[in-house]
Amino acid sequence: MSDTRRVTVEVRRLNTHYGTRQILKDVSLDVREGEIMVIMGGSGSGKSTLLNHLLGLLRPTSGTVKVLGKDINTASALDVQELRTRMGVAFQSGALFSSMSVGDNIALPLREHTRLDAMTIGIMTRLKLEVVSLAGFEDLMPSELSGGMIKRAALARAIVMDPKLLFCDEPSAGLDPVVASSIDDLILRLRDAMGMSIVVVTHDLDSAFKIADRICVLDQGDVLALDTVAAIRNSPNERIQNLLNRRTEEAEVDPDAYLRRLLGERARQDGEDDSQQRHLP
Amino acid sequence: MPQRIVGVLDRIGRAAVRGMAEFGYAATLLGQAVFWLVLGRRRRQAVRLAPVVAQAMDVGIAAVPIITTLSATIGIMLAIQGIYSLKAFGAESRVTLGVALSTVREFSPLITGILVAGRSGSALAARLGTMRINQEIDALAVMGISPVRFLVTPALVAMVVMMPLLTLWADLVSLFAAGLYISSQLEMSMAAYADEVVTLLKMNDLLHGLAKSGIFAVLVTVVGVVNGSSVTGGAEGVGRMTTRSVVHAISAIVITDMFFAFMVTR
Ligand SMILES: Nc1ncnc2c1ncn2[C@@H]1O[C@H](COP(=O)(O)OP(=O)(O)OP(=O)(O)O)[C@@H](O)[C@H]1O
Ligand SMILES: [Mg+2]
Repeated sequence: MSDTRRVTVEVRRLNTHYGTRQILKDVSLDVREGEIMVIMGGSGSGKSTLLNHLLGLLRPTSGTVKVLGKDINTASALDVQELRTRMGVAFQSGALFSSMSVGDNIALPLREHTRLDAMTIGIMTRLKLEVVSLAGFEDLMPSELSGGMIKRAALARAIVMDPKLLFCDEPSAGLDPVVASSIDDLILRLRDAMGMSIVVVTHDLDSAFKIADRICVLDQGDVLALDTVAAIRNSPNERIQNLLNRRTEEAEVDPDAYLRRLLGERARQDGEDDSQQRHLP
Repeated sequence: MPQRIVGVLDRIGRAAVRGMAEFGYAATLLGQAVFWLVLGRRRRQAVRLAPVVAQAMDVGIAAVPIITTLSATIGIMLAIQGIYSLKAFGAESRVTLGVALSTVREFSPLITGILVAGRSGSALAARLGTMRINQEIDALAVMGISPVRFLVTPALVAMVVMMPLLTLWADLVSLFAAGLYISSQLEMSMAAYADEVVTLLKMNDLLHGLAKSGIFAVLVTVVGVVNGSSVTGGAEGVGRMTTRSVVHAISAIVITDMFFAFMVTR
């Protein structure tokens, strides 16, 4: 390929499991500087799982994830910490700290990672709130916000450090069309103004086509397609066309499997013990 | 049938492994919390004073009324029982010794520990569990903020500072309340009682109780954090782990206390 922009996220042959169940199968992808990569796929196809691996929150079974040039699974703790100050994340659920006001939530990365004085931090916080159209809400608690406002506040927190790399999980799901579209515009603006690389997970086709430079379609853990918007639109692949045209998949014709399912044989054999001890990262 | 036995053995084995893993995690966590306390500044993640103070208010100051009430009750109870049992030998006048020693060495640290486990250990577990299921812990991690440094170390420091102070307060209240009862029953002035307590109690006894309460503080914190951060399965999971944390913390306290008595007091 002739694209010479720096690679900001590089995933190579990523295989991951929950317990013994394989979720991602040999996933490879690159995100370049200033590119908006949209990850699409049906529910349960592994989008959030992939995102968690890009963030270094989960360890892969095999394969590598490099973010801003460093392997996030083998880099030293200090390197990872430094890396994370240069990336922002807006989680699917927002994940605002419920014990802090909206303003404190957004100011937290600045307070923890910079030596700016309180005045400057206040200005920067209100600036970002302005950007996501939440001006004047900084004293409310997250429990006093609507679902859409939580998403926008989470986005404001994700960009408060002006990261090189932004991850958004379903930024516009559950928002009304006007706000959803304004979030799309915001994402485009962030890329254009600051040259961020942005990885967006979404279900929303219109939004994906509007913002994406390239789209990665996941299907049950496989990369079904990874291409530009135009190429995806014109793809001859039946499953992609099904997804694009919102057609339901044809029922599989495997009477044996169907019978086994009805008889209640479980898909997973790992039983009770895949609930490993969860540690603080 | 043999399959059944293998099944049972398998379950026991798995439970044992899980238990060991939990122990290992608790030790690691404690190590990390201390690591951040000592080296946080060098890692550009200093432990801040403000959250420590906030936690200390919560663990310590807010617990004063209930600790006062319970330790006064226990002091009086000990005095009543002491006088009753010593009457058998006609040795009521020796009651102060028993009350003073058992309060300072045993009851104050124990009651304080159990109360703090119920109030603050469970709150810590619930807070961490809720943060876990809301992905707030993940959010901290991806911001480059160590959840251990941000959440665990302040709680640990607050607990280790406040628990001995609360125990000291419980000592005073308990001895005072016992004194009120004893002086009224044995026709002894409060001043004489206080004199007696001061001459009978060695520094060693006081330190024994306070050292134990410091250990209880670590136990309560670590048990709360281990349970809180292991939450899975929504609000119900938070409830389950919160309960589990109280039960584990109190068990750990009582067993450690017994161990301490066995090693040090005999
Ligand atoms: N914590 C977990 N433990 C075990 N399995 C999990 C866990 N999280 C997700 N999974 C499984 O991994 C698969 C992929 O889940 P993931 O959350 O990545 O899907 P998704 O593509 O984000 O779906 P959605 O669009 O509904 O958010 C699912 O089959 C799910 O059952
Ligand atoms: Mg998801």
